[in-house]
Amino acid sequence: MKNEQVIDPEVDAGRRALLKLAGSAPAIGLIAAPRTSGAVVPEMPPSPPTTPWLEELPQVVALALSRGELTPAPRGVPNGESGECGRDKHQRWDEFFEQPELPPGKADLYELRAKEVADWVFHPAYPPQRVWGYEGNTTQGYQLNPTIIARYGQPIICRLFNDLPQDHVGFGTPEISMHLHNLHAPSESDGFPGDYFSASKAGPTLSAPGQFSDYFYPNVYAGLDQYGGIGDPREALGTLWYHDHTLDFTASNASRGLAGFYLLHDELDSGDEQDPNPAALKLPSHPYDYPLLFQDKRFDLSGTHYFDAMDPEGTFGDKITVNGKIEPVLRVARRRYRLRLLNAGPTRFYEFYLVTASDAVQSFSHIANDGNLLPAPLTRDRVRIAPAERADLVVNFANYPRGTVLYLVNRLRQESTRGPKDVRKPGTRVLKIVVDRDPPSPDLSRVPPALRPLPVLDPEDIAAAPIRRWEFARKGGLWTVNDGLVNVKSARATVRRGTAEIWELVNPSGGWSHPIHVHFEEGRILSKTVRGVPATVPLHEQGRKDVFVLGPYTTLRVFLRFRDFVGKYVMHCHNLPHEDHAMMVRWDIKD
Amino acid sequence: MKTRRDLLVGIAGVALAGYALSARRSLRAPALAQGLPNTLVQTHDGRSVRFYDDLIRGKIAVINMMYTRCENTCPLGTRNLLRLQQLLGERVGRDVFMYSITLKPDEDDQHVLMKYAERHRVQHGWTFLTAGVEAIRDLRYHLGFVDPDPLLDDDSNTHTAVLRIGNDAYRRWTMAPVMAEPDQILATVNHVDRTIIYTG
Repeated sequence: MKNEQVIDPEVDAGRRALLKLAGSAPAIGLIAAPRTSGAVVPEMPPSPPTTPWLEELPQVVALALSRGELTPAPRGVPNGESGECGRDKHQRWDEFFEQPELPPGKADLYELRAKEVADWVFHPAYPPQRVWGYEGNTTQGYQLNPTIIARYGQPIICRLFNDLPQDHVGFGTPEISMHLHNLHAPSESDGFPGDYFSASKAGPTLSAPGQFSDYFYPNVYAGLDQYGGIGDPREALGTLWYHDHTLDFTASNASRGLAGFYLLHDELDSGDEQDPNPAALKLPSHPYDYPLLFQDKRFDLSGTHYFDAMDPEGTFGDKITVNGKIEPVLRVARRRYRLRLLNAGPTRFYEFYLVTASDAVQSFSHIANDGNLLPAPLTRDRVRIAPAERADLVVNFANYPRGTVLYLVNRLRQESTRGPKDVRKPGTRVLKIVVDRDPPSPDLSRVPPALRPLPVLDPEDIAAAPIRRWEFARKGGLWTVNDGLVNVKSARATVRRGTAEIWELVNPSGGWSHPIHVHFEEGRILSKTVRGVPATVPLHEQGRKDVFVLGPYTTLRVFLRFRDFVGKYVMHCHNLPHEDHAMMVRWDIKD
Repeated sequence: MKTRRDLLVGIAGVALAGYALSARRSLRAPALAQGLPNTLVQTHDGRSVRFYDDLIRGKIAVINMMYTRCENTCPLGTRNLLRLQQLLGERVGRDVFMYSITLKPDEDDQHVLMKYAERHRVQHGWTFLTAGVEAIRDLRYHLGFVDPDPLLDDDSNTHTAVLRIGNDAYRRWTMAPVMAEPDQILATVNHVDRTIIYTG
């Protein structure tokens, strides 16, 4: 085999033969990229073309249904005899449930099964193909990745079975560890990367393999010990998501489809726009509370999703799926909607605009960053989200006559997995929104001028907090944190429960961006510098966050508390190829 | 019998062969990534073998790149991999195959590699490999020892810190740092080895 610099006519003929066979009419152009040497390097062709707006998203998303019981009943210690993997025992179990075995009615019970589905259609131009997902019973029958609706003060036990094909061939690995990003969760239910399991495999931090694992989601606010009750309501989380976090394989497994929403409500954000409680915000609620999950994916010439596990840079997606569909249509009523945008990765950054058919930019209310309600809504006309970031928007479609067509467009250009480039009009339309009907009943939802107050940062607490520096860099072909690579069996930092620290997150390079995710508690950005020069933290990033985007030469100081639970947690780059190779640290909370 | 899907993938492999061979970029051909080159390579013990058919097909492999005159990372890496070889014990050469591919085939012919292996007391199941310059670069790109920055890509020291670890039977590939704790590398090997229940 030789190192060819020119296009072989036979190869090109073979490519045409393939296209003919695959029934793809349009030719795929070959991109010739100039090199510094003057030679021309042929690159991979893009994903096959797709005709937009052929498929519709459901007008009502499927909600997970809880079950009357789980058999055997969940318990604090792992149930190895019944096939549960060897997790650590649930923390604070006795405090919540008083008995070793869960008494009836004390928690909402869910069952999810990670499985393969053979005939998912990303787009009609592409063949039906296998994907992975978490299947659960829903309001619309059994579906992949159902939206779970949870409520503060009501614990959930989620029993996760691993039904993935153990003889799976191709990218991804059939072991799982499910992270609920970014619940205030005890470590054994946090989806720690080393806790991956299957019936025939135990990750390095599990004591036994198993068919299933019970995840205990207490649904308490941070500050349980400090404030009593169910914690500090100012620490409420709203838009969370569950996804696979298996060590070394998070990019490929999550890209296969293991990701879904978990929406958390309380008295304020009650999930009921007709709530008679005067304290309730009455934001648009289901079915007008609509989650949108964006992923970048790449497809080969046959239209089959692929991810190159051999490439240390990962695989950069040139097709953007919205809830698993390429260029879908969402029909909406003339009223307010809460759109919950999630960048589920693996690597693309987005800057979304809502535009009319003639590309006129529309404004909306930005009410939550990383799923956390802001103190007050912001009127904005764009929102940028890095991998794992979320943005909750309220759009009032009553402002548009029936028949209006709008588009959600991404104007952030990006050419590799290393980070975004620049913003350029008109951008790529990823979702078509058709305002096609009047609502069946008057819209009683609203966006009140005040949302959720922030916990007050006490200057004394900040002054007393030790500063811990974390530098995110590249060395020897891998991605490092403080010159080190992940080791799930060894903590790189240990903090005491109930304390607070300032973490200084540093990107010393100009070549790439790192969206850094700290598990466990939300943090507050105290300061930002770029090339050593102080920079303004944008208003929407002044709330509580769990993803801290380190652009080129950027340093962020983040105030973090470590309350209520102990155990092992991680911090990592949520650009998933960076995470897998191996920009992640284990850190522990101890008494 | 071949299915239509197999046929498509097969043709895609042929069709794309021209694209990725010279591409330093991250946009690598999927079919190629799953079909490693079957280049003729020389082993340190004097055999001529086909890279994919004889060394990778159906096997669990641990692969690094090095060169014998490398004074920085390579000797430390070799020492670390010796510790891994000890931890793997009887599995090496039976279930798990270790390969070190030279980055400088001009310097490292079979005899040089043999001396290097002997000097480091490398045991059975760990094979040092050399081939022509083009063939080595081709292998390097396919195995993902690559940097999108041409300057870094041309620097051999860029490629000596990483292990490519995989199980070809399941097309499951991952990476680990050469200098990770040997038991950590072992856990990665155990992860892709379906016969191992307790990874670490």
